Amino acid sequence: MDKKKFGIQQVVAAGIGTALFVVLTEVQIPLVIVPNTALQVRAALLGFLSAVYGPIVGCVVGLLGHALGDAFFYGGVWWSWVVPEGVVGLVIGLLAKYYNVREGEFGGKQIGIFNLVQVVANAVAWIVVAPVLDIVIYAEPANKVFAQGALAFLANVIITAILGTLLGVAYAKLIAKSSSLQKED
Amino acid sequence: MARKLLTYEKKNTWIDRLSGITKLVFFICWSVTSMMTYDTRVLVFMLVASLFLFKISKTEWRQVGSVFKFIIFFLILNVSAIFLFSPNQGEVIYGTRTVLCGSGRYTVTAEQLFYEMNIVLKYLTIVPSIFIFMVTTNPSELAASLNRMGIHYNVGYSIAIALRYIPDIQNDFTKIKNAQMARGIEMSKKGRLFERIKATTAIIFPLVFSSMNRIDTISTAMELRNFGRYKKRTWYMSRKLEKNDYAVIITMILFMIIALTITYIDGSRFYNPFI
Repeated sequence: MDKKKFGIQQVVAAGIGTALFVVLTEVQIPLVIVPNTALQVRAALLGFLSAVYGPIVGCVVGLLGHALGDAFFYGGVWWSWVVPEGVVGLVIGLLAKYYNVREGEFGGKQIGIFNLVQVVANAVAWIVVAPVLDIVIYAEPANKVFAQGALAFLANVIITAILGTLLGVAYAKLIAKSSSLQKED
Repeated sequence: MARKLLTYEKKNTWIDRLSGITKLVFFICWSVTSMMTYDTRVLVFMLVASLFLFKISKTEWRQVGSVFKFIIFFLILNVSAIFLFSPNQGEVIYGTRTVLCGSGRYTVTAEQLFYEMNIVLKYLTIVPSIFIFMVTTNPSELAASLNRMGIHYNVGYSIAIALRYIPDIQNDFTKIKNAQMARGIEMSKKGRLFERIKATTAIIFPLVFSSMNRIDTISTAMELRNFGRYKKRTWYMSRKLEKNDYAVIITMILFMIIALTITYIDGSRFYNPFI
């Protein structure tokens, strides 16, 4: 494994991760209860990739992926929502060693820590950073942007808790399988 | 079929011939200005100018039409949400109250309409510039010019890889989705929430794990070719900045300074016609 902070694998992971994030922009699971909100599958992907590849990859995938995804699919870049996505990737990535997905140990304790961290990361990003930027940049009414932020927070936490955790578990199993092989002399 | 994305198409116009870095500077100056200003005069000027640029970049409707419809949809949604949540925001900003019709919480005031018109303008000024940037910039050339600007080639490479692999991964996505649908997995909007999440995992898992294999393959290939060994790289798509590039960059920076001066000269980012 590459020991350097931003080695070749990180360069490629940031690139491919961003591409994945952009493609998954269109995969949304609409919530029936609240109209016009949807669970963004890409949020779960971001959480998972940050946990595997670390903070820099997470941050790049969040920023670049959100900006490109918006630009490709919606023709506009909402910078006030791009930055928080980078924050989520950064925070989850920074604490990556505590949930150890890379080493193939993603058991009960690690799952707990991962979810705790993702709730905090999403809260900082969507309840604090996004609405504040919306107010500073676009001068939108405070109650509207905080309501939107809270909704985004809730949706992202739910999808990451379910899909992000499942991805982590499946990946850890894959890793464990391949590393349990022993070399014959 | 997946939705049509904004993609690069070669066209022989002078905008197309500009270097990627020039277009990036244009795009950044343009979006920063449009983000900062709430001055109606500046916004109207920017909208007219960007429509003009849109015309001479020979971007066609079929390239951007489907995306444009989405934007209008979101714009309408957003403007209505603002009115719903905060019908008095206009008064708060402009400091006067001119009632047009209605009464109670949802009284329609001229200030509110003017404020929301500014928001619409703000969004619309960004749109043509993004369209132009996306459909006239060659990704490989952009990575090369980023490196020329002094940004480390690792960053340029990440961006280039992202842009290069979006169509491939989208292709994988469509294939996996079709295969899973052929196996009878319910993808429509009928099922319950949990069932829909389960159906999504049937697509996401193969897609994510095959992409992670791709990461391993590509990084191994790059490692074998000694990527990252030297501090500098040469680029096949690299292009020198020409007279036109410098002209555009200087114009854009001047434009940004002038526009922001006009905006902030009276001490507020809002242009107030009500005083």
